[in-house]
Amino acid sequence: MATHEITVTVNGTPHRAEVESRLLLVHFIRDELRLTGTHIGCDTTHCGACTVLLDGEPVKSCTLLAVQADGGSITTVEGLARDGTLHPIQEGFWQEHGLQCGYCTPGMMMTSHALLQRNPQPSEEEIRRAISGNLCRCTGYVNIVKAVQYAAEKMAQPVTTQGL
Amino acid sequence: MAPKTSADVCGMGHSMKRKEDPRFLQGQGRYVDDLQLPGMLYMDIVRSPLAHARITAINTEAALKVPGVLAVITGKTLEQFNLHWMPTLMSDTQMVLPTDKVMYQAQEVAAVIATSRYAAADGVEAVDVDYDPLPVVVNPFMALEEDAPVLRTDKKDRKDNRIFHWEVGDREGTATLLAQSDVVVKQRIYIPRIHVASIETCGCVADFDKVQGKLTVYMTTQAPHAVRTVVALVAGHVGLSEEKIRIISPDIGGGFGGKVPVYPGYVIAIAASVVTGKPIKWMEDRMENLQADSFARDYHISAELGARRDGTMTALRIKTVADHGYTDAACNPSKFPAGLFSICTGSYRMQKAFAEVDAAYTNKPPGGIAYRCSFRVTEAVHAIERMTDVLALELGMDPAELRLKNFIPAEKFPYKSILGWEYDSGDYASALQKAMELIDYKALRKEQAEKRARGELMGIGISSFTEVVGAGPSKDFDILGLKMFDSAEIRIHPTGKATARFGTKSQGQGHETTYAQIVAEELGIPAAHVQVEEGDTDTAPYGLGTYASRSTPTAGAAATMAARKIRDKAKKIAAHLLEVSEDDLEWEVGKFFVKGAPQKAKTIQEIAFAAYTNHPQGLEAGLEAVHYYDPPNLTFPFGSYICVVDIDRETGEVKIRRFVAVDDCGNVINPMVVEGQIHGGLTQGMAPALMEEIQYDASGNIRGGSFIDYLVPTAVETPRWETARTVTPSPHHPLGAKGVGESATVGAPPAIANAVVDALAHLGVRHIDIPITPEKVWNLLKEKEAGVVPEFRERRRRPRPVPVGSL
Repeated sequence: MATHEITVTVNGTPHRAEVESRLLLVHFIRDELRLTGTHIGCDTTHCGACTVLLDGEPVKSCTLLAVQADGGSITTVEGLARDGTLHPIQEGFWQEHGLQCGYCTPGMMMTSHALLQRNPQPSEEEIRRAISGNLCRCTGYVNIVKAVQYAAEKMAQPVTTQGL
Repeated sequence: MAPKTSADVCGMGHSMKRKEDPRFLQGQGRYVDDLQLPGMLYMDIVRSPLAHARITAINTEAALKVPGVLAVITGKTLEQFNLHWMPTLMSDTQMVLPTDKVMYQAQEVAAVIATSRYAAADGVEAVDVDYDPLPVVVNPFMALEEDAPVLRTDKKDRKDNRIFHWEVGDREGTATLLAQSDVVVKQRIYIPRIHVASIETCGCVADFDKVQGKLTVYMTTQAPHAVRTVVALVAGHVGLSEEKIRIISPDIGGGFGGKVPVYPGYVIAIAASVVTGKPIKWMEDRMENLQADSFARDYHISAELGARRDGTMTALRIKTVADHGYTDAACNPSKFPAGLFSICTGSYRMQKAFAEVDAAYTNKPPGGIAYRCSFRVTEAVHAIERMTDVLALELGMDPAELRLKNFIPAEKFPYKSILGWEYDSGDYASALQKAMELIDYKALRKEQAEKRARGELMGIGISSFTEVVGAGPSKDFDILGLKMFDSAEIRIHPTGKATARFGTKSQGQGHETTYAQIVAEELGIPAAHVQVEEGDTDTAPYGLGTYASRSTPTAGAAATMAARKIRDKAKKIAAHLLEVSEDDLEWEVGKFFVKGAPQKAKTIQEIAFAAYTNHPQGLEAGLEAVHYYDPPNLTFPFGSYICVVDIDRETGEVKIRRFVAVDDCGNVINPMVVEGQIHGGLTQGMAPALMEEIQYDASGNIRGGSFIDYLVPTAVETPRWETARTVTPSPHHPLGAKGVGESATVGAPPAIANAVVDALAHLGVRHIDIPITPEKVWNLLKEKEAGVVPEFRERRRRPRPVPVGSL
């Protein structure tokens, strides 16, 4: 089995690795880098549990090869919180009870993150469309929508300059 | 009801933010597939492409040459240890790996052990199996015919495919009363085979320590203790002894009943670890999960409901054929073969009822598990709520009016149903009236009439269901003889903080928060200071696990009782500290004080410290208690749902415009969590009503074995659920609480089906089987309104010329 050397930046940390051609990106992230917050829920790109950001775009890492991420920059759920402070999206999911079993949650948050980057004030309809590639069996989506709205509102507030 | 405790304590009634969430939000949950143990090997499974066939040869030579492949396990390998068959939780038998023939498509045929998951998958590809096809039986009615081929040839005395015949009620009395009724409506109702499809699939890491003889299995199970006992019973003869078996159910990515059964994959992984002494990981992929794990429903119902001309219901008769697949592996822990199906008289008074169920073996994977419900409750509720609407249509009565006329009145509780249940509490009319007010039922009916006049299709559907949850009282409930109690162990530490352990296992229900709130309610220790642990059989007290909405009714009650035992002891310590008699003390959240002198008090934290530093003579040190709670009865949550649908005439698509759900689960521990459970349940009720079905063709090929064909709802199809509550406490639960996790899954499907039928009733439609897909509705419209619905024309393509040289 042919191997390739790849360089990928994950959550700001550069990684160089020798990978099999066929290694899926999700297995590279989970099994090689041991970042297990990115989950696997299907093999057909339907459930979205494996969603990560690749150069800012949400991608389903079960349907990309690790070699396709060569030279790219990846953000996973582990890269959302900064210095022990939850990202507004994480905070929104907590406050609005947007998660139950937690399995779809990382992918759901990464997709929501990408949505808010390109559309900071989405309507309910736009949120529902945006997360339609991420399946959740527990919540019925109502509180996920609220969580994204919470995050949108929070992210629109000016950053406090207290202490500067 | 206002909470008794302050927000700092966060007892019952507070919408406390969940304690488990920070780890899930930061990608720090620990699910089975996240585990990577040193020296771990991987297992993958060879599955049958045929639904019924004799295995003539399994050639493993090529597979063993694949780099990284270490072993291929077949039925013959397991036969040497007498591990090729195992019992199901229904005391039927099930193959671990076949030695002779396969009984359903995707059945496990062999397992490959390798150094990586990729090598294991390569090995699976290289295993060559020869099959000799056998006649396939997929239809349960045909399976029950006299000349049907007998499928379970492994059972020596078996002459047919009938698993059981079960009946309940008064056969003759019901027949007589139906014959005397003014009106009798009859309807066949099929409730299709569906799959829970939790987003995390099933799997395990089995880790056998050869030196200590100890087996640890991390697995996706809803019932870790029961699994431990089953493993000890099944594999005792190869040296696995219960005190050296540890089942750990870590974070679970949704269960919904699909993680109750013991699947062959777990057992093969355990066997492989015992033989190799290495940790073995097995994780299903999605297609394996959808094709081979246990299914739910698959009930073919014929129902008859009798009534007087004024709408008073008289009698109900139901005959059902249940398709259980090739083995009875339902996880029904009751003494009734068809579970709680006899709740089928629902929320209504009736003079007579009779139900019978015949279960059949077919060439399908095991069925009969409960998809987010107690055993067969969804089937029963769908039948009675659909029949109520069929009757309303026949009588020309409004379905709300018919329900209000026949409800068991609030003052009749506790109510003994004609088929033998004692409903603990209820107020059905209040719930329906509240739902009707919230949605403005009258205005909707007016709007519907106007729309109908314009040719638009709009429907309103009601479901007023009675649930039956919290299995269960030991007189009626056990699983392989294990009684269905559940347990809590609470330890109060010297600094006044607590650790509480339970025999249940959350799969997303939020136990770490709600159980902490129960302890806070009873002892006044802030819920933030109560650490809840579940799912490790080495540490948790024995319990039967989480399914059938049983955690609050059983383990929640156990927590209450254990906390009260602690409070009793705390009172003795407080009396000692305050130098008064116990009789002089009174309890107020978090402290004992002297009657008439409230300034003389000891807080639970002070008492806890004293329990370890200054305990009275003659009293044991420490402050802890354990309780095993055997519920005196089940709990009967209920609700009324109203659904409004609009139907697109051109496409047949059903759109849920509004859905109001009024639920009553007695006293509520955490309103936020309860609402979340209802949202999720409604979505898993909508799913089988409109989308989900696992079908088979005549050869036993599955037609919906991936998320490409098996459609589960996304955020786009799912409406914005509107929820509300009434509160009718359970008289026998120590907190007045009832289970709630599954009410909505049970109650929602008939509300949706009734709405669709209501939209089409003026065209002569009386019933539609779920799932009500656009195709079904479109075909119905085409049949009922010939000429109105445009004919579907397949686009003709001109044949393209084949380029020269391409052949």
